[in-house]
Amino acid sequence: MSSSTYYVPEQSRWPILASIALFLLAYGAGTLMNALSAQQGGGLGVALLLAGALMMGLILVGWFGNVIHESRSGLYSEQMDRSFRWGMSWFIFSEVMFFAAFFGALFYVRVLALPWLGGEGDKGVTELLWPGFVAEWPLFNPPDSARYPGPEAVISPWRIPLLNTCLLVTSSFTLTLAHKALLRDELIMVRRWMTLTILLGLIFIGFQAYEYVQAYQELGLTLQSGIYGATFFILTGFHGLHVTLGTLMLMIILGRVVLGHFSSRQHFGFEAVAWYWHFVDVVWIGLFLFVYVL
Amino acid sequence: MSTLDTTLEAHTDEHHGPASGIGRWLFTTNHKDIGSMYLWFSLLMFLVGGCMALMIRAELFQPGLQLVEPGFFNQMTTMHGLIMVFGAVMPAFVGLANWMVPMMIGAPDMALPRMNNWSFWILPFAFAMLISTLFMTGGAPNFGWTFYAPLSTTYAPPSVTYFIFAIHMMGISSIMGAINIIATILNMRAPGMTMMKLPLFCWTWLITAFLLIAVMPVLAGVVTMMLMDIHFGTSFFDAGGGGDPVLFQHVFWFFGHPEVYIMILPAFGIISQIIPAFARKRLFGYASMVYATASIAILSFLVWAHHMFTVGIPLAGELFFMYATMLIAVPTGVKVFNWVATMFRGSMTFETPMLFALAFVVLFTIGGFSGLMLAIAPVDFQYHDTYFVVAHFHYVLVPGAVFAIMAGVYYWLPKWTGHMLDERMGRLHFWLSFIGVNITFFPMHFIGLAGMPRRIPDYALQFADFNMVASVGAFLFGLSQLIFVWNVIACVRGGRKAEARAWEGAEGLEWEVPSPAPYHTFAEPPTLPESLR
Amino acid sequence: MGLKIIKTIGSGVGLALLAPASLHAEWGLNLTPGVTDVSRSVYDLHMTIFWICVAIALVVFGVMFWSIFHHRKSRGAKAHHFHENTLVEVIWTLVPVLILVGMAVPATATLIKMYDPSEAELDVQITGYQWKWRYDYLDHELSFFSNMSTPREQITNAAEKQENYLLEVDRHLVLPVGTKIRFLLTANDVIHSWWVPALAVKKDAIPGFINEAWTIIDEPGIYRGQCAELCGQDHGFMPIVVEAVSREDFDVWLMAARAEKEAQVQAAERSWTLDELMQQGEQAYLRACAACHLPNGGGVPGAFPALKGSPMVLGDVSAHIDIVLNGKAGTAMQAFRDQLSTAELAAVITYERNAWGNSLGEAVSPAQIARLLEPAEGEGEQ
Ligand code: HEA
Ligand code: HEA
Ligand code: CUA
Ligand SMILES: [Cu+2]
Repeated sequence: MSSSTYYVPEQSRWPILASIALFLLAYGAGTLMNALSAQQGGGLGVALLLAGALMMGLILVGWFGNVIHESRSGLYSEQMDRSFRWGMSWFIFSEVMFFAAFFGALFYVRVLALPWLGGEGDKGVTELLWPGFVAEWPLFNPPDSARYPGPEAVISPWRIPLLNTCLLVTSSFTLTLAHKALLRDELIMVRRWMTLTILLGLIFIGFQAYEYVQAYQELGLTLQSGIYGATFFILTGFHGLHVTLGTLMLMIILGRVVLGHFSSRQHFGFEAVAWYWHFVDVVWIGLFLFVYVL
Repeated sequence: MSTLDTTLEAHTDEHHGPASGIGRWLFTTNHKDIGSMYLWFSLLMFLVGGCMALMIRAELFQPGLQLVEPGFFNQMTTMHGLIMVFGAVMPAFVGLANWMVPMMIGAPDMALPRMNNWSFWILPFAFAMLISTLFMTGGAPNFGWTFYAPLSTTYAPPSVTYFIFAIHMMGISSIMGAINIIATILNMRAPGMTMMKLPLFCWTWLITAFLLIAVMPVLAGVVTMMLMDIHFGTSFFDAGGGGDPVLFQHVFWFFGHPEVYIMILPAFGIISQIIPAFARKRLFGYASMVYATASIAILSFLVWAHHMFTVGIPLAGELFFMYATMLIAVPTGVKVFNWVATMFRGSMTFETPMLFALAFVVLFTIGGFSGLMLAIAPVDFQYHDTYFVVAHFHYVLVPGAVFAIMAGVYYWLPKWTGHMLDERMGRLHFWLSFIGVNITFFPMHFIGLAGMPRRIPDYALQFADFNMVASVGAFLFGLSQLIFVWNVIACVRGGRKAEARAWEGAEGLEWEVPSPAPYHTFAEPPTLPESLR
Repeated sequence: MGLKIIKTIGSGVGLALLAPASLHAEWGLNLTPGVTDVSRSVYDLHMTIFWICVAIALVVFGVMFWSIFHHRKSRGAKAHHFHENTLVEVIWTLVPVLILVGMAVPATATLIKMYDPSEAELDVQITGYQWKWRYDYLDHELSFFSNMSTPREQITNAAEKQENYLLEVDRHLVLPVGTKIRFLLTANDVIHSWWVPALAVKKDAIPGFINEAWTIIDEPGIYRGQCAELCGQDHGFMPIVVEAVSREDFDVWLMAARAEKEAQVQAAERSWTLDELMQQGEQAYLRACAACHLPNGGGVPGAFPALKGSPMVLGDVSAHIDIVLNGKAGTAMQAFRDQLSTAELAAVITYERNAWGNSLGEAVSPAQIARLLEPAEGEGEQ
């Protein structure tokens, strides 16, 4: 960390390109979804979507490439490092709030909406509209079971989910060990611990995928099976995406470790991803409790 | 280490002036360039959204359907609200923050300049997408800027999908913008600029940025649930599957209420910079201003259901949200009183920025009072979804947020352009706007109380007179904004040379650097002037 | 006097000339005190809060303009350099708190009164539809729809607008005075909101849920209101008319209403000529269908399908009948089976198949529809 003044990068083409990529992604996704819902072929949508995704991928490589290069060239001061730290922490906070929205929805439905539909509480009269509906959780018989056929069964927390919990929690520890090793500049150990972390992550994703297949094929637990399915899939789904992203980032970081980018003194990239991983882990604990167990 | 050299090369030569041509704007990492782009974009959106408003007012000029079909009227209402909120007011504040925050705290630039550029350039694409929905079959979103399910899901036009993704893009942009501002304020202050020396504009923006990061993701969450209901058969907002349409409203307003403070806190900041400058007297009660802002922010998370008093909330909830909402009057009051106390026994002059600031204090307070009336749940049953509400929020948004933005622009224009603006034109713009805004929105209190619902293209005869007045006022106000456009352009083009301290009583780092401010201020951290030590 | 002060404020912004003009309008410039105990306390509360705000405004703006006038540089004012004073800051934090408490007390009382759970003598279920209201007198097996009756010509300015423009309906909600009436509000499609200012009742009608509200009307009379939640294209055109009558008149009206229902059943039995059906059909069509499919059957591209030359209409009759009777789930097309009388249903279908150049010639008889309706009878609401 040499340079004393704050490094202000020169002009960059990445942001504007990234905006275009984002636009293509969004517009493509929109077009595709509309086409599918209207039972039409989504050719155009898919094309735009892929174009956007590809472009975004390349941009990220290039953009982070710049950042890494600058960092390696010793252009970043302590202060710059702090900017990155603030940036990453607040980004993670925004992610927390994103999940908070879905947890909030889950709690609202379970504590207020369902009891009302079932005839309890302040809006109990509502049961006039749904004769015979009983509020229960998991919800096997939604009020309008013709349009939303409920699941026959739901996933038991004490099998795969419990296992997954152990996997993720362990992975958090292994990652911390990797960090400790890095602080001691024992790069070999760093590699070992990180590889293990990534493996744990991959196994977790594998199990989740398997669980989804099971849910759809055996349990009849789908997006369309009423509010239980809806909340289940939106929460686990977005969490799964985050784990996938996290694993990807871990792989990149591992690569950079191999390339010897990090030292005990300078390794914010590593820490950022570590923070992200711990966040994903914590979210899972919440999921395990409120989506699976309770 | 050749790579190192080349980068250092680039690094040093980047201290020259701006690049030339369009590339300057597309690729820039300079907070001033980005600030300017935000401001121009916001002006354009203000004009677009305003023209939609004029279309609304034109249709409502008389009872009966004259110009547009009811369906299209709803599209206008919806797009007007969305464009003004997300396209005009928010980007304007971000633009001001980009320009002023680094200069006020003595930073070389924003903390994360490349991301800063990205935050901006997402917006034009997001709004291109939003506005393109006007030309799609089935028309643009027509369910109000609050897009309540199931009108916005099961019963929505296909364009809703693009609307959802546009919202996602705006969210990403705001969150990154907010992160940048927080990082800048917390990390880039000149030595000796402690938090309690921070100019209030920075303080209010710091807290606003926190609000943004806290609630924008929630908005993203709720539109995502809509997307799932529309395209993937989930039932978040459908009782048939065990969901609840009201769930949408809770999540939306958990975002929505803090959002309205996102649109006013930076305004408070601007006013708190301007009034002391033209009263030639330090701001009264700096510390209490900071605490008041913080308490408003915290309270804003606890009041969302005051938009939902009529959805059938249990009594206890109704009472809680009523009390919490009323409480917000206290910290806001503290601010108003502090401003008045700042003027008290000052030595005031009334240049254009000050005129707008004074109008802000009066008219915002009026809007605040109507807000307080709305907060009284039992009476809100009569006010809710009438033009009384429309009157309320236009008072806090137009002579509130928008006047503050204009005050800020007039106040800092000399610093940006190096020219003083034409004071006579400035005053003309002010007086026309002041009169116009009141003629437009004051009568809405009456028609609202008299029982005219919002979001209707046609109305019963007893509302005719005041609607006509409001429409006339709207065109007066609208057209006088052309003077604003003219003023700004004229001031960019030329005018009397501005000194470093363009206004006699103006204090703060930004007034220590020459006007126009050099392309790169504070490559080295400055030492604070007397007034700040 | 509430009116007076508001009017003075009005004149303050140059409205003095217009204020009187709208005085002889039905609702004037302010809330109505209304015709129920609750509505009156709401009105009083409204005025109290309003006056408090005016008072505070006078003080705050008073001080402000006083210093604007006296402490201006042009009058040689020198700035004094004080910039905080804990005492006053504490005072102007606490005083507002006290004022707010003063407001909260009556507000709480009124709100609690509104949530009074005691038993009601009459239950009316109110269901919002795009864009009409349905009223079920739960304990008198009577139910009917209430549509806006303002002719299109008035809306499109082809005809002179009458006094109750947009606030008139084909069938009033008739209610007895001096009776505690409970409203059970729900909706069939999107969220609506049932609002009658004179009763100070505004409650959202939410699909799949039921909200409760109640009222006791003191004086007989006609009280008009509107839907108060954006519910789509014709949100502005689904008014509410409450007709409050004495208990005796109410019973008489109930009788008549039931008799009318009977008559409709009779009508379905007898045989109809094509012309009769076409006439009936046109009326029913304009009332129930034209809002979306337009009077000329042209529809709205992307939103509402055209019926003119539509394969559905010109195609198999049973499919056509089915969609009219049972609607199309997940779209704005509602089930009209119990919105229109049997005869009207037959007439409307006949009309659609023979109007605007659709010319299939053959008629659908009420009897035919009646047969189709029988089996479904049991199903009941929803
Ligand atoms: C800049 C935006 C902004 C701001 C600052 C506010 C400020 C406030 N708003 Fe407003 N509001 C909106 C924007 C805003 N609002 C919008 C856009 C809507 C409509 C959304 C939609 O439905 O489309 C809305 C709607 C809205 C409603 C819902 C109405 C309805 O739909 O039925 C309510 C109800 O409580 C409310 C209350 C308040 C209150 C109590 C304040 C308070 O913060 C005001 C506090 C200020 C003062 C009170 C004045 C100064 C204080 C003093 C001088 C001290 C002494 C005063 C007393 C002790 C009384 N607002
Ligand atoms: C900050 C936000 C903001 C701002 C600034 C405004 C500004 C204005 N708004 Fe409003 N408005 C909202 C936010 C805002 N609004 C929201 C959130 C809603 C609710 C939407 C909903 O119900 O869902 C709403 C709804 C709303 C309604 C109710 C619609 C309905 O319920 O059906 C009306 C009706 O009069 C209205 C009017 C106006 C007018 C006349 C202005 C004027 O102040 C506008 C003045 C500006 C101009 C007229 C542009 C000036 C420029 C020119 C005229 C020249 C243009 C040409 C060039 C030089 C390029 N607005
Ligand atoms: Cu029904 Cu608005
Ligand atoms: Cu609010």
